[in-house]
Amino acid sequence: MMQAQETQNQASGRGSGQPPLVEMRDISISFGGIKAVDHVSVDLYPGEVVGLLGHNGAGKSTLIKVLSGAYQMDHGEILIEGNKVEIHNPRDARANNIETIYQTLALADNLDASSNLFLGREMVTPFGLVNDAAMEAECRKIMAQLNPNFQKFNDPVSALSGGQRQSVAIARAVYFNARILIMDEPTAALGPHETQMVADLIQKLKAQGIGIFLIDHDVHAVMELCDRASVMKNGQLVGTVDIADVTDDDLLSMIILGKKPGEKAE
Amino acid sequence: MTETSSQPVPKKTKANLFQQLELDMRLLGMIGAFIILCIGFNIFTDGRFLTPRNLFNLSIQTVSVAIMACGMVFIIVMRHIDLSVGALLATTSAVMAMTQTELLPNVLGMGLNNPATWAITLVVGLVVGTLIGAFHGWMVGYLTIPAFIVTLGGFLVWRNVAWYMTDGQTIGPLDSTFLMFGGTNGTLGTMASLLFGLAATAVAIWALWSGRRSKAAHGFPVKPFWAETTLAAIIGIAIMGYVFIVNSYAIPTRRLERMFEARGETMPEGLVVGYGIPISVLILILVAVTLTVVARKTRFGRYIFATGGNPDAAELSGINTRMMTVKIFALMGFLCALSAVVASARLANHSNDIGTLDELRVIAAAVIGGTALSGGIGTIYGAILGALIMQALQSGMAMVGVDAPFQNIVVGTVLVLAVYIDIVYRKRLGAK
Repeated sequence: MMQAQETQNQASGRGSGQPPLVEMRDISISFGGIKAVDHVSVDLYPGEVVGLLGHNGAGKSTLIKVLSGAYQMDHGEILIEGNKVEIHNPRDARANNIETIYQTLALADNLDASSNLFLGREMVTPFGLVNDAAMEAECRKIMAQLNPNFQKFNDPVSALSGGQRQSVAIARAVYFNARILIMDEPTAALGPHETQMVADLIQKLKAQGIGIFLIDHDVHAVMELCDRASVMKNGQLVGTVDIADVTDDDLLSMIILGKKPGEKAE
Repeated sequence: MTETSSQPVPKKTKANLFQQLELDMRLLGMIGAFIILCIGFNIFTDGRFLTPRNLFNLSIQTVSVAIMACGMVFIIVMRHIDLSVGALLATTSAVMAMTQTELLPNVLGMGLNNPATWAITLVVGLVVGTLIGAFHGWMVGYLTIPAFIVTLGGFLVWRNVAWYMTDGQTIGPLDSTFLMFGGTNGTLGTMASLLFGLAATAVAIWALWSGRRSKAAHGFPVKPFWAETTLAAIIGIAIMGYVFIVNSYAIPTRRLERMFEARGETMPEGLVVGYGIPISVLILILVAVTLTVVARKTRFGRYIFATGGNPDAAELSGINTRMMTVKIFALMGFLCALSAVVASARLANHSNDIGTLDELRVIAAAVIGGTALSGGIGTIYGAILGALIMQALQSGMAMVGVDAPFQNIVVGTVLVLAVYIDIVYRKRLGAK
């Protein structure tokens, strides 16, 4: 299977010779005897969107939480631009320019947009006090780009709509010059208009050379937004395919049957 | 890109008086309740409640609970609870009483009323309080034992550690300088109080002004100028009003005579000297201002509220929530020790029942002051007002002559009612 993946990468001509932006090699993680992720390898190149597909409980979120520092892997290694890195907690991930937009958005509901945007990385005055005015100004700037309709800068984010909360979470991920972006079902709670906004944003970020892992179980969204897709089932990697080479049905059968296209013959 | 062109400021179509002042309605409600309470008791006591003497006493009786309530706000905001504060107060009070009456004078041979005694005692007490608090925090944060259990255990342990240390005896008299932290024994005097009041007013106005300037510098909407001026005037009147009250509470003539005698002078005939601001109240103000700045203007404070609002989000943002837990419990322990200084100095001795039921008063003060037990919401000034309302209720009823059992029945009922009103208020806000 590893061999097949290798040839696939070369076939697509992805940065020949250049190491991938992220390489997760042979990752395993178990919870109380259950192997949530079982020797899975995925990679991501600059300016590329890789979809992670699978049923609920397939292990895709768990795999990606290893990269974002929320979980510790039991086995395997992570390479960024060919160099091995240690990611033990979310701070380590951020230090490697890995940003995550969680499915739950991970916002502190009682704080306002700019406090959430800068949470853990506040701007401070020379006296070491948090500089709310400067942070709000930055927040207004980035929101003007992401979601020009956003106005509620002084309300707690609990008072915002789903789409507005999503834009706060996205702003937090893109503000700090992320090079690797993890999006965990970014459009799950959104209406059609806001979903389109996220799609446009993904295109814009791609053009800037940011690599994106997109976790989703909507095959159509993945077909539309991604360059490649890695499919997982029961904690194992079914395979990684180029979107250009497959159909919706191919992806669906990978998710449901756990078989790569062409494997049926075996 | 300029902010003004890209960010059209929303026009407020309807803004009533309070919205323009941008005052917290809950704060106004509490101040209103406090004023009604005071006027009511004043009527029922034939004008004995609103006297300089009673208001002075009310403020020094509130300090001990109010200091701890400030720390409890942080604990509850982080979704924890501390049931051990009264017991911790007793243990630190016992440690300090033993330090100044046994350890320093007898064991170390420094004698009674050595000028260094109060300072050493203070440091010992604060360090012990902080360490015990940090130990609680470590058990909650790192061993993940629920704070309710850790501090319920601590409640029994520290109450009885205090008992064991002192054999249940009352320890006194305490060091004469140490007593200055307690109330009538240590006040600023009228002139210093006046200067302090003016300085505090100036600082408050400066804080308002610099906040407004920094908003305006970034082109954010600011309150109308008249609203800012009104707010400044209210704050100034409140500060100077309190200074005026404590300055006009005169030291009794007999006591004044003794003070002059102690200095070998004779008192001029007909001299009237006011007490001024008690040092214990100054300590409370210092604690309140510091913790308000911590809550609003430091990363530490921001993380306390973020953790209370969404612990997972805080953790994923790289905040070390376990260490935060240790720190807030250590702070709580420090404040318990500070309260122990004030409480034992006010009573001039350490008694075995010092701080009994304080944990309930402290939690009640924080909750009446608008701290949500679900976490993420709470203010320092609210907790202090809550403590003041509770104390006013208690001592007012005592002055009116309400029987002791009824006093506690009323206080308990008010606590439940206050939280219910708060819930209704929050629901209305949410419905808007």
